[in-house]
Amino acid sequence: MLTESQGVERLHKSGLLLDLTLASDPQLLCVVRAAIERLTEVIGFSPPECRSITRAVDEAVANVMRHAYESSPDKRIDVSCKRISGMVNGIPREGLEIELLDQGVPFDQKKLTARSLDEVKPGGLGLHFIRDSMDVMEHSHKDGVNRLRLVKYFGAEGKAQKSQGE
Amino acid sequence: MQIAARRLDQVTIFDITGHIDLANSPELRKVLLKELKETKTPRVILNLTGVRYIDSSGVASLVEGLKAARDQGLRFILYGLSPSAREVLQLSRLIKIFEVFDNEQQALA
Repeated sequence: MLTESQGVERLHKSGLLLDLTLASDPQLLCVVRAAIERLTEVIGFSPPECRSITRAVDEAVANVMRHAYESSPDKRIDVSCKRISGMVNGIPREGLEIELLDQGVPFDQKKLTARSLDEVKPGGLGLHFIRDSMDVMEHSHKDGVNRLRLVKYFGAEGKAQKSQGE
Repeated sequence: MQIAARRLDQVTIFDITGHIDLANSPELRKVLLKELKETKTPRVILNLTGVRYIDSSGVASLVEGLKAARDQGLRFILYGLSPSAREVLQLSRLIKIFEVFDNEQQALA
């Protein structure tokens, strides 16, 4: 059995910052926002970046509640946040990786296209907010689990390299 | 989210506080559409000074309110946007379609 200090050391090595498991109840979205907003502050993102990342995670979790779980409020959603570092296009980068897991209806690829912003109509903006806020957005479905991976790099360069991928 | 209504002559001001998200945006939509479609107040003003956060479902409720107002020939006005609320409307490029003011005095003028 790990001692507390060994456990903390292992968590640090894995880069894990925060692990949340919540029910798919929209009343809990404010809890997720509060946690992500504070976490992004603590690890050093700027206030606009904190708002932006918080918005992206909020919209992603709300999408799971509405679409993957079809508004059923008692399903499980996992949100984990890790500090990551590595080479991106030959440049060393550090950032925050957020992973969302659910066991709901698989992603519909056709619906993953954000709607045109030239249209004035309600709905369809969440995906646009996520893409605008994050440097990386990847999704996959395996063994009945939807996985959404979001990454935000520290510093303004992250947005500049967004179109080139990781 | 909490909504309180102040009814003046030909104007209703909704003072909204808290966060507008998936949990409560249907309530906001219901309140707005009732005011605009049934009461048909000529000018409906939303005081968003106490709103720190609006998500995409909240924006959708505001757009529905705006559309209902236009259909009825009424005015639908927002004021007191927080940085977060302003960013969301700018990101969605919808800020230009709303009448947005800094304060109540301007909204009533």
